[in-house]
This record gives sequence, structure tokens and C-alpha cells, in this order.
Amino acid sequence: MTFLWAFLVGGLMCVLAQLVMDFSQLTPGQVLVLFVVLGALFGGVGLYGKLVQFAGAGASVPLPGFGYTMVEGIGQAVQQKGALGLLTGGLTAASGGIKSAVLFGLLASVIFKPKA
Amino acid sequence: MPVDQTQYWLMTREMMPKRPIAKNALWAFVVGGLICLAGQGVLWFFMRHGMTAKEASAPTSVVMIGLGALLTGLGWYDRLVKRGGMGASLPITGFANAMVAPAMEYKAEGLVMGIGARLFTIAGPVLVYGMTAAFVVGAVRYLLTGVA
Repeated sequence: MTFLWAFLVGGLMCVLAQLVMDFSQLTPGQVLVLFVVLGALFGGVGLYGKLVQFAGAGASVPLPGFGYTMVEGIGQAVQQKGALGLLTGGLTAASGGIKSAVLFGLLASVIFKPKA
Repeated sequence: MPVDQTQYWLMTREMMPKRPIAKNALWAFVVGGLICLAGQGVLWFFMRHGMTAKEASAPTSVVMIGLGALLTGLGWYDRLVKRGGMGASLPITGFANAMVAPAMEYKAEGLVMGIGARLFTIAGPVLVYGMTAAFVVGAVRYLLTGVA
């Protein structure tokens, strides 16, 4: 069942981003920034966490899931070590994604040549 | 015949090519939905090997990012972006695409200012504002509730 929700929720989130881009004349980069910030905001009020529980990868794979992950990480870190967690929690939670993006990104850019 | 501003605006609007908004939205839904479905498959695989949904989320991101980087290198992912628009760009695979595509393009400028710098053309702003937003949200919650 989660598979169906992953498809629907993930697809709808992409439709929303596409509509924002088509109606607002924002560039793709600006839309991505907007959505990662939205993910952090909705994560902060507890809504995005519910969406992740319900739709799995449909909510965690789109970019707002990245903002949500960092907010969650900050929450955990603050519980463990107080205010310092505000600075360490976000990147700790997102470290796997960021580090693999840099490593895989570098590797692919070095190996492959751009297609015409 | 003299034309006032409103008439002129209407005339130019008629001449402009229409953005295929419904078609774009449909393609974004299909492509984005299918990528998330693939992500759910990867998540399911890790959960079958004993992880909770929360634990499986990070390795799923790693696999999806790796796939995005690989498909971009092969030149396939850009075609997906052309068709699916945000459906291909919003998932984490699109984040990898936004890193690799410009880095590959500017390879000729060298490993440092070519690849090294261009990897962050889109990823840079996303990280800057994502990290800032997460900090602000966490700080506000901390001030309001004592826990973040």
C-alpha cells in the first residue's frame, strides 16, 4: 500500500513544483531552494514527519525531505547536547546524502564526458 | 489605428506561445511518481534486511543519489528532465543531476574551478538556504519549547 502512496504523493509534490515554476517564472534552481525551505518549515510543525510515515519514499525522496531530515536531526541533537545541537544536528542527519552526492558527483564528472 | 496599453497587452498575449501547463503537470506527475516508486522499492529492500523505515531512509538517499549521478553521466537523466521537468528535478536523483550536469559541462576549466566549483552551481544555494532554514526552524522551536 505504501508503494501506491509513494507514487501518488511523490508525483503530486512534483506537480506542485512544476505548477509553481510554470506560473511564477522562477528558475528550476529557485524552485528547488523554495521547496527545501518548505520541507524544513513543514518539518518544524510536525506535518512533514506524518507525510513521511504515510507515504515513505514519496515524501523522503523529493527535495523537501532533505529540509525535513535536517530539522529532525537538529531536534535529536538538541535533546542530547542542548543548544549546540542546533549547529551540529542538521548536517549529522544529512551527512550520508551530502557526502555521497559529493563523492558520486565528482566520480561521475571525472569519468563521463558531456553528450552533445 | 492607435493601440492603447491594454489592447497591446492582449495582442502580445495572443502572439506568445502558450505554455503547455497541463501537459507539463501530467509529465511531472508520472516521472516524479515513478522515481519515488523506485525509491520506495529501495527503501523496502533495506527494510527487508532488518532496518526500520527511519534507518533505511539514509541508505536509500545514497542509492538514489548514486543512480542519479550515474544516469546523468550516461546522458540519460537530462532527457528525463526535458520531459518530466520538476518531476525529474525535485527528487533527490535530480539533486545529483544538478551537481553532475554543470560539472561535466565545465570539465575543460579543470578539476578545481571546473568540476570542483560547478558541482555546487545548484547544490550550493540548496545547501545554504536548506541549512539556514533548518537552523532557524530548530532555533525557534528551541526557544518556544525548550526542545527542538
